[in-house]
Amino acid sequence: MTAVLARGLRKTYGTKTALDGLDLDVGEGTVCGLLGPNGAGKTTAVRILTTLLRPSGGRAEVAGHDVVRRPREVRRNIGLVGQHTAVDELLTGRQNLELFGRLHHLGAAAARARAGELLERFGLRHDGPAKDYSGGMRRRLDLAASLILAPPVLFLDEPTTGLDPRSRTEIWRAVRELVAGGTTVLLTTQYLEEADRLADRVAVVDAGRVVAEGTPDELKSRLGGDRLDVVIRDPERLAEAAGIAARAAGGPVESDPDARRVSAPVADRVKALTEVPAALAAAGIEAEDITVRRPTLDEVFLTLTATETPAHAGEERA
Amino acid sequence: MTTLRWALADGWTVARRDLIHWRNQPMTVVFGITFPIMITLAFGYLFGGAVRVPPGAGYFDFLMPGMYGMTMLFGLSATMVAVSADAAKGVTDRFRSLPMAPSAVLIGRAVADLLHSALVLAGLLACGLAVGWRPASAGGALGAVGLLLLLRFSLLWAGMYLGLVAREPGAAVAVQTLEFPVGFLSNAFVAPGTMPGWLGTIAEWNPLSSTVAAARQLFGNPGWGGDSWVARHPVLMAVAWPVAITAVFFVLSVRRYRLLDR
Repeated sequence: MTAVLARGLRKTYGTKTALDGLDLDVGEGTVCGLLGPNGAGKTTAVRILTTLLRPSGGRAEVAGHDVVRRPREVRRNIGLVGQHTAVDELLTGRQNLELFGRLHHLGAAAARARAGELLERFGLRHDGPAKDYSGGMRRRLDLAASLILAPPVLFLDEPTTGLDPRSRTEIWRAVRELVAGGTTVLLTTQYLEEADRLADRVAVVDAGRVVAEGTPDELKSRLGGDRLDVVIRDPERLAEAAGIAARAAGGPVESDPDARRVSAPVADRVKALTEVPAALAAAGIEAEDITVRRPTLDEVFLTLTATETPAHAGEERA
Repeated sequence: MTTLRWALADGWTVARRDLIHWRNQPMTVVFGITFPIMITLAFGYLFGGAVRVPPGAGYFDFLMPGMYGMTMLFGLSATMVAVSADAAKGVTDRFRSLPMAPSAVLIGRAVADLLHSALVLAGLLACGLAVGWRPASAGGALGAVGLLLLLRFSLLWAGMYLGLVAREPGAAVAVQTLEFPVGFLSNAFVAPGTMPGWLGTIAEWNPLSSTVAAARQLFGNPGWGGDSWVARHPVLMAVAWPVAITAVFFVLSVRRYRLLDR
């Protein structure tokens, strides 16, 4: 069954188009990553799906309920962790969770019990106000606050932006535990790695629509997998080096004379790391650095958007 | 439960959030109560000797109702700050994504801010009694306090509307800055009759003037009087103004809140 469904979702502000016909299918119990740069429309999509914003066109259903016609049913079935950590900073973690428990219409005793469970589960046994929490703790509290009723569908809008690596890993672990328990998760992110770690399927969003969709592996293979970077000492021989790199490449080779670097997508990193240095040495080209790395989001993004959509200005409301 | 009962129950839960703030941060409450007291003492003991007061009146007898009104006026920016901070931090959005009664966000704000203002007013009344201010009768005093809180109630909705429009707490500084001149442009501290003619007329029509004049009348404290229609009907206007402000800004706030999804 589809937990989140969007068809031709549109949102315009005057002449600005934030969403331009977004389609989305998120299967029950799966994790979908919306990947895209700032202004692509990710947050707008989440805000519409969580009933915070009315679409200008198209339709969307969450947990089987139309987001415009049955917002209250949608709200009973979702948890939202927004872009900003939306906990009350003057309340303690426990007071926050009890407050949100009461607003979920739990009785006082049930709200207290649920708060205790969530504090335990997220390691938040800290008595001070939330403003004294670390960024990671605040984010975990935020996540806990969205899980009061164990919602079947959870929305995470850039859940780890601005967090240190340890906190990021903790959030990832928490999300994976939820998914293991059957929760459907829709998360937006600017980080390919995050989508890679968490998402079953990734939708790349640009200018308010989905420009590519698939498993992380499918998307990466569309880019030709990893990227090989070779920096050579003598700029005169850049063209020769590009020729050698081309033999191991799965796509077009880019040359950057200023950096004395050639760069190419490679499908087989081991082959690239053995054959290219050997070929360079055989040709007498001295290499300063040879690396194989994952494509950056910029590269995924530039590659996908360059071929699949016309240039189109998207606006996103923060 | 019915929708209305949930709206009230959720509203009280939202309001209780502020009450927990008071408990967690008692110094903020203490400062909130102390600030108008300090201003009162500054006016009373520093400027008091140089200010002309109604004939035969002690300065504090005259000053206190003005300060009570002024304190209600200060609530405008307090509400605005709270509303815009919640909006900016995403707390409002979190509330809106919950299956709670949507109106509870505004109801909770109204209840919490009214309680806060009542607390601050109680502190200032105690200060007034300590420096020798006396109301003439308990019944009148009750009526005066009612009118003061009515003004505060109306400014709640204005503050909510401004907070929802501004969407960021920084804009509240502008409103905060304007509260003093708006407060001075009234009969709270000086007689509108001593101002240039047109300015005096504006001061007399300032809603704060009506509330302060009515409070002076009900407290049995000396006031300026005045010949204009508005000055001769302070109690009527002290009801009419807040009712009008509430009517306008309640509708505007609710509409603005509903339009957050646009």
